[in-house]
Amino acid sequence: MANGKKAGSQKTAARVTKAEGLELYRIMKQIRVFEEASASQYMRGRIRGFLHLYIGEEAIAAGAIPLLAKQDYITTHYRDHGHALARGMSPNAAMAELFGRATGSSKGKGGSMHLIDANIGMMGGYAIVGGQLPLGVGLALANNYKGNDSIVLTFLGDGALSEGEFHEAMNLAAIWKLPIIFFCENNLYGMGAPVSEVFAVKDIYKIAEPYGIPSLQVDGMDVLAVRDAMRDVVRHVRQGNGPYFVEALAYRFRGHSMADPNEYRNKAEEEFWKQRDPITSFRAYLVNELGVAEADIDALDQEVDAEIEAAVKFAEESPEPDLSELHTDITA
Amino acid sequence: MPVITYREAVTQALTEALDSDERVFIMGEDVGGYGGSYAVTKGMLAKYGPKRIRETPIAESVFVGAGAGAAMAGLKPVVEIMTINFSILAMDQIVNHAAKVRYMSGGQLSSGVIMRTVTGGGAGLAATHSQSLEPWYAHVPGIWVVTPATPYDALGLLREAFTKDDPVLFSEHALIYRLRGEVPEEHYTVPFGQAAISRRGSDVTLVAYSRMVHVALDAAQMLANQGVEAEVIDLRTLRPLDMETVFQSVRKTNRVAVVEEAWRTGGFAAEIASQIQEACFDYLDGPVARIGGEDVPQPYAINLERATIPDAKKVVNELAKVIGLKVTA
Repeated sequence: MANGKKAGSQKTAARVTKAEGLELYRIMKQIRVFEEASASQYMRGRIRGFLHLYIGEEAIAAGAIPLLAKQDYITTHYRDHGHALARGMSPNAAMAELFGRATGSSKGKGGSMHLIDANIGMMGGYAIVGGQLPLGVGLALANNYKGNDSIVLTFLGDGALSEGEFHEAMNLAAIWKLPIIFFCENNLYGMGAPVSEVFAVKDIYKIAEPYGIPSLQVDGMDVLAVRDAMRDVVRHVRQGNGPYFVEALAYRFRGHSMADPNEYRNKAEEEFWKQRDPITSFRAYLVNELGVAEADIDALDQEVDAEIEAAVKFAEESPEPDLSELHTDITA
Repeated sequence: MPVITYREAVTQALTEALDSDERVFIMGEDVGGYGGSYAVTKGMLAKYGPKRIRETPIAESVFVGAGAGAAMAGLKPVVEIMTINFSILAMDQIVNHAAKVRYMSGGQLSSGVIMRTVTGGGAGLAATHSQSLEPWYAHVPGIWVVTPATPYDALGLLREAFTKDDPVLFSEHALIYRLRGEVPEEHYTVPFGQAAISRRGSDVTLVAYSRMVHVALDAAQMLANQGVEAEVIDLRTLRPLDMETVFQSVRKTNRVAVVEEAWRTGGFAAEIASQIQEACFDYLDGPVARIGGEDVPQPYAINLERATIPDAKKVVNELAKVIGLKVTA
């Protein structure tokens, strides 16, 4: 595969079946509604700490993650709800974790930034920028060492590009030809800092070139573009050809976290990106290109609303962790 | 009983693990053709091949983190961090990740990576290559911190490390690799959290770890020449910490000093001293003495360097000064 190419420029016919399209839509919608419910519960004081919403970036998780096989691993950053849900974490367990309840994915010990479900290879949510990259490399090394064909999908934000750990991880993955995809979700801002001001490489996907890692850039607001690009990337990495770097251009519609007054972005820019809402546009695609009935999508919307409403109720009604849990899950 | 060096003890434990468990591999800077900066992995590349003896770039964060990640996937990596000074470059992976993953996953994941490293000063390497940073790591819940002082313990404790599912910081002291000692031929392990009584005595307790155990033993000999019998306790592991053995000794001797190479201010001796006064206040005939490294970056000049690291003379002098023992160095 060519190095540093831009993907998604050529449209292919019948890129997904109706059923596949509806499933991609469902994943994006589930993430969106989950995040809106999280924001609302945060405002009511039921979710503590930092809450980083994935709203606007759903096409990435939905486009990329379902292409993984069951035994593959994911490591990611603190904006991790979308990744966990797309991988199949139950909304109940995820919401209960955000509420800090005993029924949460980590029994309420991890919180929003550390969503982990070992049973589905969701190896975490890590909240130190760049920290998930060496761990992802290690998981890929384990696959390589065991001689299986499992791969690792490791997400990073544009902010992590400047971390030393990113460059160390790219280098080690490259020299050892490890089965890992470095997936950069470039939402243009590292917290409040525009990536163009704080990172010297202008075309981010080209950062992979000196490492000899093939790379591409894709429209992160277009679920099919992400899916099309990732299908090839996943195959390439699974075949033992070494790591791959993907940059998806995207935009978060909310602030960095719920604590962010969001004063550093101008309204015109926000409006531009909101016009490209990945869910609205894919809904139109489903109807216009795939002939899905509006009523079917409405039904799906209602299903997702009910599911997330139930997740909030589940979290509300779940007990806090018992105080005896304070000293469990620690041996050293 | 066979007599082996401290270095050979570490090598032996690694070799046994490589031979008996396919999940075990070693990675780090110069562990391959060079044979390890302190020659611990000499010959291993030829014997086990590059899959299991993995030469890494000079990139502590990623090779330690990769060890942590591979351990999360069920492997048993041993990472060699050339010296504990360089572990600072991997601090994020050690403290924020390896140490946390079991707890913050609610017990779903664990990372039993073994991080071998080399500690201590006294080799003329000056400020950045002479530190004793074990107390930093012992401060962090979630990491085992192991500080062997003898070949027996180096072998027994490293064998034990391979049985753990959480990260182990295994700290070898640079100046005692050639130290010789007896090890039994039959298999044994040394459990974590069990201090050793290295010398029995009834007049004063000296608590130490790593190379300072030998300094304490030298001091005990000087004291014995003056009719004072010191009991020397080797902590062997800082986390977990066996304070019960220390308390029992203090209740008998009523006097105690803690000897370490780490800086005195905020050092691990402060933790030991604090626990002793909480548990043994009524048994103490004097203050708990802390004898640690001088609060300076380690200097290069040999006379200055020697003055920064506790030696037997300094231990005896401090016992006289702080506890009021009638002894002289």
